[in-house]
Amino acid sequence: MSLKLKALCKSPWIFHVNTGACNNCDIELVDALTPRFDVERFGILLVGSIRHADALVVTGGVTRQAAPRLKRLYEQAPKPRLVIACGSCACSKGIFHDGYHMAGPVDQIVPVDIYIPGCPPKPEAIIDGVVKLLKKVA
Amino acid sequence: MKRTIIPIGPYHPLQEEAGFFQLQVEGEKVLDIDVDLGYNHRGIEKICEARTFDQIPFVVERICGICSTSHPLAYVQAVEEIARVQVPERALYIRTIIAELERLHSHLLWLGLAGHFIGYNTVFMWAWRYREPVLDIMEEMTGNRQNYAMMKIGGVRRDILEQDLPKIRKMAEDLRPVLDMFVGAVMDDPVIHARTKGVGVLTPEDARRYGAVGPTARASGLAIDVRKDDPYAAYDRLDWKVITGESGDVFAKAAVRLLEIAESIKIVLQCLDQMKPGEIDTKVKEIPPGEGIGRVEAPRGETFHYVRSDGSNRPVRHKVRAPSYVNVPTFKATCIGQTVSDATIILAAVDPCYSCTERMAVVDAGAGKRPVEQYDLVAVSQREGQKMLRSLAGKVAQTTLEKKLAEGYRRIGWKAC
Repeated sequence: MSLKLKALCKSPWIFHVNTGACNNCDIELVDALTPRFDVERFGILLVGSIRHADALVVTGGVTRQAAPRLKRLYEQAPKPRLVIACGSCACSKGIFHDGYHMAGPVDQIVPVDIYIPGCPPKPEAIIDGVVKLLKKVA
Repeated sequence: MKRTIIPIGPYHPLQEEAGFFQLQVEGEKVLDIDVDLGYNHRGIEKICEARTFDQIPFVVERICGICSTSHPLAYVQAVEEIARVQVPERALYIRTIIAELERLHSHLLWLGLAGHFIGYNTVFMWAWRYREPVLDIMEEMTGNRQNYAMMKIGGVRRDILEQDLPKIRKMAEDLRPVLDMFVGAVMDDPVIHARTKGVGVLTPEDARRYGAVGPTARASGLAIDVRKDDPYAAYDRLDWKVITGESGDVFAKAAVRLLEIAESIKIVLQCLDQMKPGEIDTKVKEIPPGEGIGRVEAPRGETFHYVRSDGSNRPVRHKVRAPSYVNVPTFKATCIGQTVSDATIILAAVDPCYSCTERMAVVDAGAGKRPVEQYDLVAVSQREGQKMLRSLAGKVAQTTLEKKLAEGYRRIGWKAC
């Protein structure tokens, strides 16, 4: 394991991208940072710039307007980078599978490292997903 | 002084959702604002037309995760109007309870985010911590923390169990001292006063002109509330007040929301007292041809659904108008003339919800019709902005300038599909 990846696993900083979600995954994600779940205890931090991020959390099926933006964000992220698809829509387009404005689930736009299903996934599930991802890369 | 354009977004740490704001500034002062949305457009109205009447509540629930009761409720009311269904009494009370609990959690959520925006992370953490019990009760009653799936044409999907009633009551009672704490903390804090009082004032005339709804309009002194004006569910049987502010600034918007939390607690407790055992569901055989509307006061304002049926098992047309659709343009009235640093909280004070709003197709009339399949709508909007700026570089009188901006705004702007 590279030194960078080792450091990443100690304290993954995440950047959150909403590519067409209904808000639920987003508020559950932010919920994970607030006192009841408080993932900051484990060094997980929501950062404001993609250039500081280790992991990209993508919520929502990717709409046509958001797809080029997501690609650009992925390219801007410093390597090694991890992508987490959070919620049913991000994993498989979910209930919007036949919508005309859907460019695809996240894995058709950028490579995805872990899928967290659920509509919305509970904060516990999101934390569990991140832990499993860190175990996988470590 | 030189005009500068500050782009905010579309992926911005301050917003959960993607929205692209262009602030035109001169030094610190905001001269104009342009909003470019569409990142969350999922084509829900079209998807709904391909679903049966019973499936649609699940789709419209996912229009917005925060108002995940208001949209299905408005939809089922529209369909009930077509089918002329009498909803059982108990179902009406259950609808009211769910809708008010949703308002509780939504307003607490907003309070937290507003605190975060003005750099008061303590308020953020507090508000979200006290929001958790509401979500726990929701999970216990409906099976999910969000997306409750309670609304159904003709009634509700689940009954509230007798053993859950004391838990709901306790949760509501426990929230009262918390609310007092918040009111004390927010209303008396000098920093919050300095940051929000007199900032982003929306005058009653402007509110009326832009057609603002919900807390945004009520903070400006307009007492509009669908729950009072056109009562649905059990609101006409309950005793509660419409909260209005006076000044229309960010502070008034916060105050209105805080006091509405107290009213919501009152409504929930009254529902628990008045609710009697009984049926929760009417059988609906078929939906006859016709059209119906449903109006619901969502936490952000009036949600409007229109459904037309031709007698088959799916609607011919389903139209959604979310509150943010009319509240977002009030930025034009509130942001201009303010400083850049205040712009964020002014934008946030409306509690804009883009996933609700994105019903429209973007059409660029200048270069012929551009359907939504176009990938590079952002570039169009940016080019448009630059073009406008170039054309305005001369010494244009303020009035023409306004007119040109309005025209450009309309050209990039939104047309309902």
